[in-house]
Amino acid sequence: MSTMRSLTFDAIIIGGGGSGLRAALELAKSGKKTAVLSKVFPTRSHTVSAQGGITCAIASADPNDDWRWHMYDTVKGSDYIGDQEAIEYMCSEGPKAVFELEHMGLPFSRFDNGRIYQRPFGGQSKDFGKGGQAARTCAAADRTGHALLHTLYQNNLKNDTVFLNEWYAVDLVKNASGDVVGCIALCIETGEVVHIKSKATVLATGGAGRIFSSTTNALINTGDGIGMALRAGFPVQDIEMWQFHPTGIYGAGVLVTEGCRGEGGYLINKDGERFMERYAPNAKDLAGRDVVARSMVMEILEGRGCGENGDHVMLKLDHLGEEVLHKRLPGIVELAKTFSAVDPAKEPIPVVPTCHYMMGGLPTNVHGQALMQDADGNDRIINGLFACGEAACVSVHGANRLGGNSLLDLVVFGRAAGIFIESALNEGVDYLDAAQSDIDSAMARMNRWNESSGGEAIPALRAELQETMQTSFGVFRQEDHMQEGVKKLADLRERIANAHLGDKSNAFNTARVEALELDNLLEVAEATAISALERKESRGAHSRYDYPDRDDVNWLKHSIYHPLDKKLGKRDVNFQPKTLDTFEPKVRTY
Amino acid sequence: MSMLQVSVYRYNPETDSAPYMQEFQVDTQGRDLMVLNVLEIIKQQDSSMAYRRSCREGVCGSDGMNMNGTNGLACVTAISDVTKNGKLVLRPLPGLPVVRDLVVDMGIFYKQYERIQPYLQNDTTAPAIERLQSPEERDKLDGLYECILCACCSTACPSFWWNPDKFVGPAGLLQAYRFLADSRDTATRERLSELEDPFSVFRCRGIMNCVAVCPKGLNPTRAIGKIRELLLANAT
Amino acid sequence: MVTNITNFGRSGLSDWLVQRVSAVVLALYALFMVGYLLLHPGLDYATWNGLFAQTWMRIFSLLAFVSLAAHAWIGLWIVITDYIKPTGIRFVVQIAIILAIFIFLVWGVQVLWGA
Repeated sequence: MSTMRSLTFDAIIIGGGGSGLRAALELAKSGKKTAVLSKVFPTRSHTVSAQGGITCAIASADPNDDWRWHMYDTVKGSDYIGDQEAIEYMCSEGPKAVFELEHMGLPFSRFDNGRIYQRPFGGQSKDFGKGGQAARTCAAADRTGHALLHTLYQNNLKNDTVFLNEWYAVDLVKNASGDVVGCIALCIETGEVVHIKSKATVLATGGAGRIFSSTTNALINTGDGIGMALRAGFPVQDIEMWQFHPTGIYGAGVLVTEGCRGEGGYLINKDGERFMERYAPNAKDLAGRDVVARSMVMEILEGRGCGENGDHVMLKLDHLGEEVLHKRLPGIVELAKTFSAVDPAKEPIPVVPTCHYMMGGLPTNVHGQALMQDADGNDRIINGLFACGEAACVSVHGANRLGGNSLLDLVVFGRAAGIFIESALNEGVDYLDAAQSDIDSAMARMNRWNESSGGEAIPALRAELQETMQTSFGVFRQEDHMQEGVKKLADLRERIANAHLGDKSNAFNTARVEALELDNLLEVAEATAISALERKESRGAHSRYDYPDRDDVNWLKHSIYHPLDKKLGKRDVNFQPKTLDTFEPKVRTY
Repeated sequence: MSMLQVSVYRYNPETDSAPYMQEFQVDTQGRDLMVLNVLEIIKQQDSSMAYRRSCREGVCGSDGMNMNGTNGLACVTAISDVTKNGKLVLRPLPGLPVVRDLVVDMGIFYKQYERIQPYLQNDTTAPAIERLQSPEERDKLDGLYECILCACCSTACPSFWWNPDKFVGPAGLLQAYRFLADSRDTATRERLSELEDPFSVFRCRGIMNCVAVCPKGLNPTRAIGKIRELLLANAT
Repeated sequence: MVTNITNFGRSGLSDWLVQRVSAVVLALYALFMVGYLLLHPGLDYATWNGLFAQTWMRIFSLLAFVSLAAHAWIGLWIVITDYIKPTGIRFVVQIAIILAIFIFLVWGVQVLWGA
């Protein structure tokens, strides 16, 4: 492979979604030679599907709003394993990041006084939980992600960021000292494989919701960054924490924003009862997503589900009136008509909890520097590797993310990573070049697929993996099911290692990309399975029948999954915000 | 078994000297699938089938294609809406070079988008908070900012087919007007001066193919009319 | 901005405006003609000649001819730049059309004011 072309950049950002584009913008503005490598044209990234908004205390709906209240909600929402220093950074820097987006042109909806429109979202409160429901989610109708992603792409165009669109990152390249010095990438259009050299490699590859068969996630959400990091031997954190969004459209899995309930919609069971009043008497339908999702499943299991099979509930919106629906939720009206043949102005939408968000990811500090643990369990920075957005676990979401916090996470930590990398590059970094053997080992997996001559087909293996995750690692989990799931995944690992790539052509070969994605799905699925099995408690989105209670004695910790020995370790949660007192763990009720 | 007959445009530059139509039988099990689901089933039969897709819910704009003669998004088009005489014919978006099968080279489409400087320009100092904008001013952006760059409109436009290098096309012009209409943008004059030549805007003959195919229900022809009005107001 | 040198008014905006104004003139002229013919069922050469002997009619007609020339050039220029891609052929066709329009225009003036 000595003929392989190489490209050199100051920073290579893998992923063209919100966090990648925000990091790239910061670096491009600083004049660093920055490239964004994305397997799809950037505006096709999954950020585009975010609907409800970006939660941030900009004090528009309520002039007295305070980022500390937002921080309190986020810590509580995380079921106390969100790092408080990181949450403090996100909530306090948030307004700056949101105003920047507005200055870049993001078409936020507005209040009569001309300020950004904010709507209520789940888990939001005023005055540290004592002042009732807050309205803190800044919105551009119900297309906030679309508006945000396009705005960021547009501003990257303005600042001459280099785009490698429809390129696929295959694996990280590590040098002899274990520093990350670039990656191997495949140009999808031509099939050319290139060695990309960079002093800073940013994984902004988003989530991996496609490990489940029912997900709100785009087909491209295959955890490519997580897969690459795990294969490189780097650990992932809290990867058992998967958010199930209460309102995925029944059957299709398409997301219906929490903003529907923020605007006054609510869930009903087959008797027409607003059942969340029983589970969360105060916040009702705007309790944390984990709480609402579990309540829905309880209703279904207890025989109060809707439909012939009693396997879903209904989201009622018709009482809001056509005007509110068309002004505030136009995209939802469109999606409901397309995917459930229902006009929400007249009938309720059938919904079911659907896999939505990966709270876990690559552990990083607030600067986006990826972390690993040394033999004594101390944090060690991985030179040259950064992560931000859903692929990272800073951790601001802990065991359960609040609605609207993911878009804030993207821009705040994308920006932070960009700022840090710029100053690090200015100070000068120098890593050993990759040797040919380093490049060869990063090429191993692609070569394996290219040389495969027989074996099982990819789509069937993928479906089996997704079915396994859905059955054994859904909203409620229990030991025996999970053990069975772990076994099935081990079996799948062997079969995938011998699977067959039938199409070996070069021009826009999507079969090859799907093969490479399958490897990543498997890595994420197995890490999830083993972590979920080992975390013997219920916290946030991780809910076990056999360990129904939160165990703060043993598990007020991050889990750290080490891929080399497939063992789960623990990492301390940060309880030291810089400017205010620690939020002590309390019983979490809504 | 309820079989749907599907005819798909195939072309692999490495092996085919010319494109051809390939026939598939797809078992829909009586369901009214989306066209994208049909393609997924075909890809299980033939892994070499190439098409783009991402969100599968009509917001990312990846899977624009020509279905029984009409451009649209495969993921939000039900087969019952497009199938004629029990047959579904899938072709790439017309007027752009084909890379492979249903995948077209969108380079020139993106280039026209970039040409209109698709980003807010404001030469005043930004305030410490957001720039204020009344709900009425913000309402002017509705029907404009929602564009997903799927290229269904521009590739349904004969003017864009003939002059893709010179005519901005409906998608780009919709975005041009999105920034002209934004109360926060101060580059109106500069933007207009880039558009007054005989091609960029004025190649639009108002046939409204763009409006007919837009999967988001947007109206580029109206936006183009508004740009003409602004140009006229600016020049007379 | 796309630059070009062969279109009518050097700007798409002026072409567009001229196209529309000339269309209005042609419509008025056509309406007048149809109306005149309807009101004069047994029209003879003397009456017809008399109409065109009047200065206002000559000016009106000249305006219509000039409008027709501009309208035709702009319209044909658009058709040519759509369909004829080889530069050489396009240029020759453009010259031919300009010549034809010029000849028709001079001829029209000659008809109106000639002996």
